[in-house]
Amino acid sequence: MKHLVSVSHLAKRFGDIQAVRDLSFSVSEGEVLGFLGPNGAGKSTTMKMITGFLDPDAGEIEVAGHSLSAHPVRVKQSIGYLPEGAPLYGDMTTVAFLRFVGAMRGLSGDSLDGRVEEVVKLVNLESVMSQNLETLSKGFKRRVGIAQAIVHDPPVLILDEPTDGLDPNQKHEVRELIRAMAPRKAIILSTHILEEVEAVCSRAMIIASGSIVADSTPAELAARVNGSDVWLVEPVESGDLGRLRDSIDGADWLREMEVIESDGAGRLRITVGGGDAAGKLRSHLASADVAVAQFYRERVRLDDVFREITNGANVLS
Amino acid sequence: MKQLGSIFRRELSAYFLTPIAYVFIIIFLVLAGIFTFYLGGFFERGQADLAPFFDFHPWLYLFLVPALSMRLWAEERKSGTIELLLTLPVTTAQVVVAKFLAAWVFLVVALALTFPMWITVNVLGDPDNGVITAAYIGSALMAGSFLAVGACFSALTRNQVIAFILSLVVCLMLNLSGFPLVLDFFAGWVPQIILTTIASMSFLTHFEALGQGVIDLRDIIFFVSVLAFFLYANVLLVELKKSQ
Repeated sequence: MKHLVSVSHLAKRFGDIQAVRDLSFSVSEGEVLGFLGPNGAGKSTTMKMITGFLDPDAGEIEVAGHSLSAHPVRVKQSIGYLPEGAPLYGDMTTVAFLRFVGAMRGLSGDSLDGRVEEVVKLVNLESVMSQNLETLSKGFKRRVGIAQAIVHDPPVLILDEPTDGLDPNQKHEVRELIRAMAPRKAIILSTHILEEVEAVCSRAMIIASGSIVADSTPAELAARVNGSDVWLVEPVESGDLGRLRDSIDGADWLREMEVIESDGAGRLRITVGGGDAAGKLRSHLASADVAVAQFYRERVRLDDVFREITNGANVLS
Repeated sequence: MKQLGSIFRRELSAYFLTPIAYVFIIIFLVLAGIFTFYLGGFFERGQADLAPFFDFHPWLYLFLVPALSMRLWAEERKSGTIELLLTLPVTTAQVVVAKFLAAWVFLVVALALTFPMWITVNVLGDPDNGVITAAYIGSALMAGSFLAVGACFSALTRNQVIAFILSLVVCLMLNLSGFPLVLDFFAGWVPQIILTTIASMSFLTHFEALGQGVIDLRDIIFFVSVLAFFLYANVLLVELKKSQ
């Protein structure tokens, strides 16, 4: 496996904000790397630097064997890029736009016709071929953005939030497409959605404040997410809340507990840990002298995992 | 080079995909006509030349060229397409030149559409067509210089109105730099040599000679230098401002 993208000690600062600090990683052919993290974490900035749009303050970028600083045009030629928000020339039709990008990427004649036809099929744009891009729905715009990124069949694909604004079916299709292309390419994509990482990525990297805080397989990441167990308990009588809390307080399986009050109803948000902690909580509730109206597991959001990881918890090491 | 051609064609066709081209050309022709016949007194002069037509070109371009150029870069930055464009396998300089050339060709097309004027003056009398040819070349060059200024200021901001106003003010200064209005402002606090330089920068003066049929290499070099200087500044500004 050869490295198609190598990034070493990359740094970028905007005014007072250090957007990217000392970032190093590499991506090989066949790998799909998912960048995870909230807005402002440095995902897009990193992508903009790899694609040659922004100049890094420090560090080296190598794509398909060429140094970006020495051969920017050659590097750009080997990359397909979907920028954040999928900007397009609104006054062009879909087909004119794809032909323009294809020609800019060095295609001409039959190969241009063939490739445009192919990508149009791949992302299902047949119905909007002669429509002006500004009149397209958000989903179509995103798909045109993906089509222009793959029109020259580049060895390296960089996709900034490729499924943002798509409906579940379209999301599924785009993920299928990425998976199908993956074996022959190195792909970097960014997302907020954890399930997307699990669905398409072979590797997941969490970025916070411009640094890598986690770099592992999606399976490992998912295990970590599922390892933190959060339960919500709502007593029938909100007056029982304090009593319930006191009875749980101090249990060895308890990690964290907070009271959440909304619309007159009180809930306990209980984070448990250790072997079969959830079972222990369940039997504790069963034995406690409190009528429970609701008891359910909180769906762990990526944000929570992210917060946990970036707050320096050593769950990752 | 192939890429330069692709951007050039995309830019040029973009004018005609939107109403910009038609509105611009119609207004340009109407204003050129009004200036020539009413302000210039084309018929009253009783001379078979196009002086009253060309004399107003610096003032016509002063407003119309910044209106055309203001969107060149400001729009790309506002819509984010600049990221798409500059991550294609081209250099910034190639994009700057391609965009400039497309807009310039468009201006030359608008200028060429004034040909009925040339026919008219030939029907009515016996003009010196050499002078008219020289004036057309001079006018096209001057339009290019105005355009380079406008493109440069369009790269400075993502706001098209600001780009328009800044280009207009700078173009006005370039038009008038040989006149007391501008010179008095600088006189007294800048060295004489700079004052002389500023005075020699006037578009009006350089165009006047060309308009009289005198193709002086110095006037050509002047316009080409202004054009090259602002295009170079344009490249630097795009590089500097693209991330903001």
